[in-house]
Amino acid sequence: MLIPTAVLAGMGLVSGLGLAVAARVFAVETDPRQDEISDALPGANCGGCGYAGCNDFAAAVVEGKVGPEECPVCDANTREFIGKLMGVEVGAAIPKVALIMCQGGEGTAPRQFRYNGQASCTSADLLGGGDKLCLHGCLGLADCQAICAFGAIEMTDDGIARIIPERCTACGKCVTACPKHLISIVPADAEIHVLCHNTDKGAVAKKACGVACLGCKKCEKAFEEDPRIRISEFLARVDYDQPPSGLDVGEICPTGALIELKLNRNDSEPNSRSVS
Amino acid sequence: MNILLLVVSAIFVNNFVLARFLGICPFLGVSKKLSTALGMTGAVMFVMTLASVVSWVVYHLVLKPLDLVFLQTISFILIIASMVQLVELVLQKVSPPLYRSLGIFLPLITTNCAVLGCAVMNIQNEHNLLETTVFGIAAAIGFGIALVLFAGIREVLDLADTPKAFRGTAVALVTAGVLSMAFMGFAGLVK
Repeated sequence: MLIPTAVLAGMGLVSGLGLAVAARVFAVETDPRQDEISDALPGANCGGCGYAGCNDFAAAVVEGKVGPEECPVCDANTREFIGKLMGVEVGAAIPKVALIMCQGGEGTAPRQFRYNGQASCTSADLLGGGDKLCLHGCLGLADCQAICAFGAIEMTDDGIARIIPERCTACGKCVTACPKHLISIVPADAEIHVLCHNTDKGAVAKKACGVACLGCKKCEKAFEEDPRIRISEFLARVDYDQPPSGLDVGEICPTGALIELKLNRNDSEPNSRSVS
Repeated sequence: MNILLLVVSAIFVNNFVLARFLGICPFLGVSKKLSTALGMTGAVMFVMTLASVVSWVVYHLVLKPLDLVFLQTISFILIIASMVQLVELVLQKVSPPLYRSLGIFLPLITTNCAVLGCAVMNIQNEHNLLETTVFGIAAAIGFGIALVLFAGIREVLDLADTPKAFRGTAVALVTAGVLSMAFMGFAGLVK
């Protein structure tokens, strides 16, 4: 018993020493500020900045490739701290929030068949687009909720996903998780939205879902002077670069796909979001 | 002559991926782009050769004389893990872009059954040191050929009009099977 243990331990020791030497020889120089920035960052590794985790983002900040305002999870104090450390002006960040473009729950959007497979939207989507009559709608199997690191997605009573704007950091993970590409990152101050992605003809869309966008163009006509809503492929799309506002949407949209929704994000308070 | 037969056998007749079905994980995971496939081949070649040689040396100088042959699996894994760590350190310094593009698949070479398989096969087939080195290099070349071929096919396959149910991994697996059958044409070339 002693000899095998000793041999194995000896091999481990030799390997360890060899690697320690190699680590010295092949050491990569890192700026000490990188560690400070990395510590200051929220550490959620959500990838919302577009980099592979907080360490990668810290490295990019130190190299001057990106400003601290690119981290959507940081509060204003952290951004200022990083800005002071790097000696740069912190740009103003436009608060953004995720939005799920679907309102077709159990009562409104009927199912074609009973799906009895793996409880994942991606799996259900592989079966010819899922079990709903509307092939563009939310399947309600909570892939987005599972991937959200901030607990900002809840499943409503009628079985579709909904973002909790106060907790959302617009990190973008849900956007990639949704197999229907239903989730968009929109400016938090936009008030008018079209919560539908159905590009089928009006009659087909109406059969698939009671609150679908038919592409009837009533909203486009209502905003004639400021063309901020465009219809293409039987779907109204809001131009979020200049979000529309000021009209009574209830009067315009016959199905209710066009709605007024305030997305309240809390950006000024420190620690207003916690990683769950 | 024996060495040449060994090389032909390791690369074509008993190709590690397509005939022995080892190392499927990086085969499917790193074959989406040709450049990443080539980088991965290089890394695996380095690890496979070095790990085979060091494993052989440890087996014949330490394990066999001390009658500890049963420690073969765990000590080989230890050696392979250290080699992979070494490759990671070197790659991070020498070529950070390649390091980043390989991502998680670089440390996964540790658990790659192709590398362990190569080390164990050298012992099983009772190769001497020269044959071990050549077998390691040739096996890695065979692995690389399979990877590069597959990456080339996959890059073009992505643009083709595949039936909806088959898109992505499904058609990739079918293609891998067909590629494996093609390589069966080499069977019988070397005993």
